[in-house]
Amino acid sequence: MNYIEALNVKKEFGEGDAKVVAVSSIDLSIRQGEFISIMGESGSGKSTLLSMLGGLLSPTRGFVKIEDIDIYSLKRNKLADFRREFMGFIFQSFQLVPYLNVIENVQLPLAVTHHSEKEKKRLALSALERIGLKDKALRLPNQISGGEQERVAIARAVVNEPPILFADEPTGNLDSRNSEEVMKLLMKLNSEGQTIVMVTHSRTNAEYAHRIIEVADGKLKYSEAPIKLAV
Amino acid sequence: MKLHNIAINNLRRRKAKVCFLVIGLLVGVAAVVALLTTTQSMAEDMAHKMDEFGANILITPRSEGLALNYGGLDLGGLSFDQKEISQEDLLTIKTIENAANIRLVSPKVFGVFETQGHKVLAVGVDFTSELALKKWWKINGTAPKLDSEILIGHDASERLKAGLGSKLDIKDYEFTVSGILESTGSQDDSLVFMSLPGSQEIFDKKGKISMVEIAALCKNCPISEIVRQLSDKIPTGKVTAVQQVVEGRMDALHSFQRLSLGISGLVLFVGAMVVFVTMMGSVNERTREIGIFSAIGFRSSHIMKIILLEAFLVSFSAGLLGYLVGIGVTYGILNALSEHSPHLTLDYTMAVGSVFLAILIGLLASFYPARAAAAMDPSEALRTL
Ligand SMILES: Nc1ncnc2c1ncn2[C@@H]1O[C@H](COP(=O)(O)OP(=O)(O)OP(=O)(O)O)[C@@H](O)[C@H]1O
Ligand SMILES: [Mg+2]
Repeated sequence: MNYIEALNVKKEFGEGDAKVVAVSSIDLSIRQGEFISIMGESGSGKSTLLSMLGGLLSPTRGFVKIEDIDIYSLKRNKLADFRREFMGFIFQSFQLVPYLNVIENVQLPLAVTHHSEKEKKRLALSALERIGLKDKALRLPNQISGGEQERVAIARAVVNEPPILFADEPTGNLDSRNSEEVMKLLMKLNSEGQTIVMVTHSRTNAEYAHRIIEVADGKLKYSEAPIKLAV
Repeated sequence: MKLHNIAINNLRRRKAKVCFLVIGLLVGVAAVVALLTTTQSMAEDMAHKMDEFGANILITPRSEGLALNYGGLDLGGLSFDQKEISQEDLLTIKTIENAANIRLVSPKVFGVFETQGHKVLAVGVDFTSELALKKWWKINGTAPKLDSEILIGHDASERLKAGLGSKLDIKDYEFTVSGILESTGSQDDSLVFMSLPGSQEIFDKKGKISMVEIAALCKNCPISEIVRQLSDKIPTGKVTAVQQVVEGRMDALHSFQRLSLGISGLVLFVGAMVVFVTMMGSVNERTREIGIFSAIGFRSSHIMKIILLEAFLVSFSAGLLGYLVGIGVTYGILNALSEHSPHLTLDYTMAVGSVFLAILIGLLASFYPARAAAAMDPSEALRTL
């Protein structure tokens, strides 16, 4: 069964002369446990597609189904709950909360869950440990480097171990050594059963995935067939 | 970490921003408080001053017969059954129920004497209360301090050719003119004023009073009620209200109150707008943050809780500080406006009201932009700067 399914999704921004078609008519199926890379030129619509798959942007037309649920037909609160429980999102531009320190940013998705404070802290520390930033837990985002912010964003996305991880260029600000660390982390999460959809410009990083698709001008230009997973 | 930690950390870690926000709101609240309290205490001040301005109640001797005068023209006969008020009765004035409203009591004794071929009316007064009652009096020289000194009206001084410091014989007693009234345009111009005990002595009216003028505060109490209470206590006197004075005073007071109410309403509106716009702007700026919360899976209600808690804390402190600053400013204004230092009471209702209003407006102003941001697609909210 397809786990994540985009059916003829389209996204337009603006109206009249200013209308931009960011994504025009894409069909895509992703299986549970799959690790998929999305490639394409700048402005081709990768981020737009990823946002629509991740429940962050309602499509102008078409459907996104996750576990056969049409997520954009859900009520706002239900969709929020769905995002909280099923998805982690690493944004292209980190999107850390400036007045929360590193560990607080990582704990953010847990602020409305029923974990105990102790448990929240433990989860956040273990996520920070994975990305090697435990020693900077109390710094504010503007007191760490861009690459470190990127890693904090990753820790925040995985802290509650969501079944699906969406990553928009998670290695965009990292040197090759750190980049490799992050890719290894994603591989590990994937091997633990997490479904991962990653946008990247780097062919090397894309190769870590089971499958690569390419977007051009808002359309799927190239798509490898889904692989058979040995479950 | 819980939702309230997010709000508190925001306030804690963005002190400069929060400071500016609080100051913005505070200015609005302080302006309202300052203007309201200033007009309020000015209205009170004005009422006080007006109540002291001339008498509004008269006590005259109770006469058995009907009055024999018309339009101020004495048709005679009155003096035959003219009785007098007993001075003892006056002590009971302070015991009436509305005694607190009695501002000034000025008893008078009348007596006629002849000098240089003129008949002159002398009035014995208690100068302290008489001068307080007749604030418009302008005296050349000084008001009498001794029983042997007199104050004479402008016309009387011309007629009797009595200048400052000259001597005047009244019924075998010698008096010194210590002051001359500037022309008032009233009956006072042709009178001679002397001390109350002195006049009682020379006119043989010991323990008797011819008339009492009373100034009563009429801001909240009906004058007619005071008149009734006085009538009950003073059997020898007839108590009447000077209707023109009472009504004119009420009119003036009411129009001032209407004016200050209008100003207050306007100021309240402007202050509310300042608070509203400032708060709304500050929440609007945070659309992107709200986008993060939303993307991470916070419900609208979670987001509102964070934003409204912050708005509550900010507007609470702005309301409280604004009240204090406003009161401080009022004190400064009143000090500058009046020569004697103002009596400023800390008004509990005003304090609670301004804090409450600041919170209400702060919450309302944050509610709409926060809800609008929370209703956006997270991706869209994240794009805004
Ligand atoms: N909110 C928006 N309003 C208007 N146009 C938009 C909006 N979001 C995206 N676009 C446009 O849609 C197109 C696709 O944008 P998108 O961000 O998906 O590209 P991308 O493939 O992620 O590019 P990059 O590799 O540079 O991140 C671009 O032409 C962009 O200008
Ligand atoms: Mg992009």
